[in-house]
Amino acid sequence: MDLHKLYLSEQLEGIKSGKFSSTELTTHYLERISKFDEDLNSFITVTEDQAIAKAKKSDERYKNNTNLPLDGLPIAHKDIFCTKDVLTTCGSKMLSNFEAPYSSTVFEKLDNEGMVMLGKTNMDEFAMGSSNETSYFGPVKNPWNTEYVPGGSSGGSASCVSAELAPVATATDTGGSIRQPASLCGLTGIKPTYGRVSRYGMIAFASSLDQGGVVARSAADAALILEAMCGHDPKDSTSLNLERPDLTTNLNNPIKGMKIGLPKEFFEKEMPSYVEKSIEDAISIYKDLGAEIVEVSLPNINLSLPIYYIIAPAECSANLSRYDGVRYGYRCEDPKDIEDLYMRTREEGFGNEVKRRILIGTYALSAGYYDAYYLKAQKCRQLVANDFKEVFKNIDVLLSPTTPGTSFKAGEKTNDPIAMYLQDIFTIPANLAGLPGLSIPCGENAGLPLGLQLVGNSLEEDKLLQFAHSYQLNTDWHSKMPDIS
Amino acid sequence: MKNYADNWEAVIGLEIHVQLSTKSKLFSGASTNFGALPNTQACNIDLAMPGVLPVLNEEVLRMAIKLGKALNADINSPTSFARKNYFYPDSPKGYQISQMDKPIVESGYLDIDTENGVKRIGVTRAHLEEDAGKSLHDDFDGQSGIDLNRAGTPLLEIVSEPEINTPQEAVAYLKSIHSIIRYLEISDGNMAEGSMRCDANVSVRKKGDTKLGTRTETKNVNSFRFVEKAIQYEIDRQINELESGNQITQETRLYDSQANTTRPMRSKEFANDYRYFPEPDLLPINLEKEFIEEVMATMPEMPTQKKIRFVSEFNLSEYDADLLAADKDLANFFEAVVKVSNSPKLSANWIMGELSAELNNENLSINESKINSNQLGQLILRIEDGTISGKIAKEIFEKLWSSDKEVDEIIQGEGLEQVTDDKEIESMIDEVINNNPEQLEQYRSGKDRLFGFFVGQVMKASQGKANPKQVNDILRKKLEK
Repeated sequence: MDLHKLYLSEQLEGIKSGKFSSTELTTHYLERISKFDEDLNSFITVTEDQAIAKAKKSDERYKNNTNLPLDGLPIAHKDIFCTKDVLTTCGSKMLSNFEAPYSSTVFEKLDNEGMVMLGKTNMDEFAMGSSNETSYFGPVKNPWNTEYVPGGSSGGSASCVSAELAPVATATDTGGSIRQPASLCGLTGIKPTYGRVSRYGMIAFASSLDQGGVVARSAADAALILEAMCGHDPKDSTSLNLERPDLTTNLNNPIKGMKIGLPKEFFEKEMPSYVEKSIEDAISIYKDLGAEIVEVSLPNINLSLPIYYIIAPAECSANLSRYDGVRYGYRCEDPKDIEDLYMRTREEGFGNEVKRRILIGTYALSAGYYDAYYLKAQKCRQLVANDFKEVFKNIDVLLSPTTPGTSFKAGEKTNDPIAMYLQDIFTIPANLAGLPGLSIPCGENAGLPLGLQLVGNSLEEDKLLQFAHSYQLNTDWHSKMPDIS
Repeated sequence: MKNYADNWEAVIGLEIHVQLSTKSKLFSGASTNFGALPNTQACNIDLAMPGVLPVLNEEVLRMAIKLGKALNADINSPTSFARKNYFYPDSPKGYQISQMDKPIVESGYLDIDTENGVKRIGVTRAHLEEDAGKSLHDDFDGQSGIDLNRAGTPLLEIVSEPEINTPQEAVAYLKSIHSIIRYLEISDGNMAEGSMRCDANVSVRKKGDTKLGTRTETKNVNSFRFVEKAIQYEIDRQINELESGNQITQETRLYDSQANTTRPMRSKEFANDYRYFPEPDLLPINLEKEFIEEVMATMPEMPTQKKIRFVSEFNLSEYDADLLAADKDLANFFEAVVKVSNSPKLSANWIMGELSAELNNENLSINESKINSNQLGQLILRIEDGTISGKIAKEIFEKLWSSDKEVDEIIQGEGLEQVTDDKEIESMIDEVINNNPEQLEQYRSGKDRLFGFFVGQVMKASQGKANPKQVNDILRKKLEK
């Protein structure tokens, strides 16, 4: 049986009914990883022994009728989530030797549901990148075509789920790092409302933008896992003081009569005809399902990219100051004095993209520049958030492409940071406003998948997933998987 | 140097760091106890592990609100935190979480007593921030060690307006802050252990000038006396420099208490740019009116109020009331003594006299007194009700100090009750008169001052136990005969 072809609910049912055990399922994925991942490089660490031990415990629980809600389902975790006593590198040389002394809340929550960690997935260094080429552990390949990038920063998570080396993976999104790789790998990826998923133990890039989420093969799979990740965490002061939302019960409700807004500023941009065509097709499917389509305007949305490239680097410049070679992680050899220790540790331990952003952020916060850059960016961020608030008075979700096009070749944009940054032009606004956003597969070009983005109002992940699920019940883009054998 | 001083005036502002006496740290659950083994009180958050996040200890909000109210200040709501960026090994995150735009306490004042009467000193702000760890340079063979036990301990930094003009005023202000934080029980204020630290910004200008001179910041001043001396040194130094035609460099200086000098800290050529920005891991905090009122309801009586009450309720002099009210523990001790003795004036005299002398002698605080308030109250009660004389009381005081006996136990055990029986006193007097015929004759022929001699002899004969008033009255009658 091709266990990896089953969706999560089917796998769960299979284990429950005794058709196969968690150990069999886990072993199946571990075998696929050892067979295919050498080429894809989607994992930094494969926790084979722990996974099998966990799966065995899970099987025991089923035997004793003490099984947990998601018991025995395998999952891969982005290497940004701290996992106790397991290497947690954040894709950086700086943490290449770092075994976390504690586990992130996200890991704990899923662990408490009985999920089995297969390993830690590759990512752009400190989540900075859109192609997964900035990882210290080497680039990740796109399973649809290994000459192409999987997107980033959650490139490893997207690549491994797309190649069916894991049924689902956690990911994080600061400016599009879940939705963009989901789009480029043909997956469903969702970033919830800021504050829904605890950031405790999720290594910080830009604190006011970072949010955990999942990449999965369907909206239903994503809903199942995201639901388990959500909920208030007293260890994260920005965590929303709300109960875990119900994302699964209403998944099958019809979207008839609901309103989809098309942001005219996005559609005014020049886009490849295959993108236009795919989006048009998707819109007509939604029309057929009874949704009303309206054009809306977000007048300040074009400020998003510059705002993001002030705020995110500013926050990262402080967040990454702790990597100084003093207490953990990489330390340069034979430092002469403390200055030398700082300078060489950071010079040698960080890659170029990380350094670029630390420099931009440090500059933007400097005396004399703060008001012109950081303060102004914060004010503009508020304008963008207000635009969203205004449009959501009249519509249910916003629809747009997730990315300007399908994936690009490895190396194509590595020397052109601005071109790379433009990858996130459609995804960044949702982070600035703290809104939930998801990407679902909606087409292809030259054998590479393309995604459609839906952005919802604050806390309306359920509605977003309902829209995504309705679409997937009526199309089969999400069920197409790359042939990697 | 001193001759010049008349033409100059000093402008002083103080920054006082007060370590708040919370059980756990400002943003983590680790203990704040002083003196534990290095790095045993530093959790993942204090160590700035990847992925950790700060969670505010709400107790500090209550403490800061209390201080704000005691300083007649505004409480900002919302109040928010900011990151202050700098690299130093004892600052594990590479930034300190502090407050910038919206400090919790703003625009207050404090009235201090000076030679020229009461002076009002403005308090610009008081903000919350985390303490750093400690770098240890001595024990590691040329390498440095870091102890992060102190990292993350909550501090309130209280910043005064530059409205202080003399070292004495600075000390009065500092003592007043010390008294307030002790009253509020928000800090032990122990300067030697560093739970209260003072940095002094000092500049001088010609009298009459309105423009401020270039200031220096003097750090590391860890006692009231050193604050006075360090500021005085710095004022004299600056006047001397300027009188010699030199300029003052804006710099941070360290006070060396052994040499009684200040010297520049190893300073970088460039000014530090701390790149403050709002702390994204902590949302701005709204302090609801109800919360502030609830905190205010727990405010104790403050020194100034207490002083006024001592004067009106106990009829104490301003001076006595001031001394007793300045220290909360002393004031509490006093009130406990009065409760037993029912004699405020005598209680105040004994506390500030005999008791203070003994405490000073053995370098003890009032809480370490070897005589408790009940014992002292009993002792004074026995003077008041005539059981013992004041002279005997002093003997009993010594015995109380050095034993664990109670007042009445000593009085009865050693037969120290005052003799108040007229007959008994009369017979003692008769004996004294009979034994001193010469003096009697001299007295009767006009040598009045011999009266004292006879009193002395009678008291001696009674071993000090005779009631002095009765002795006087009866003796006078007998001698007149």
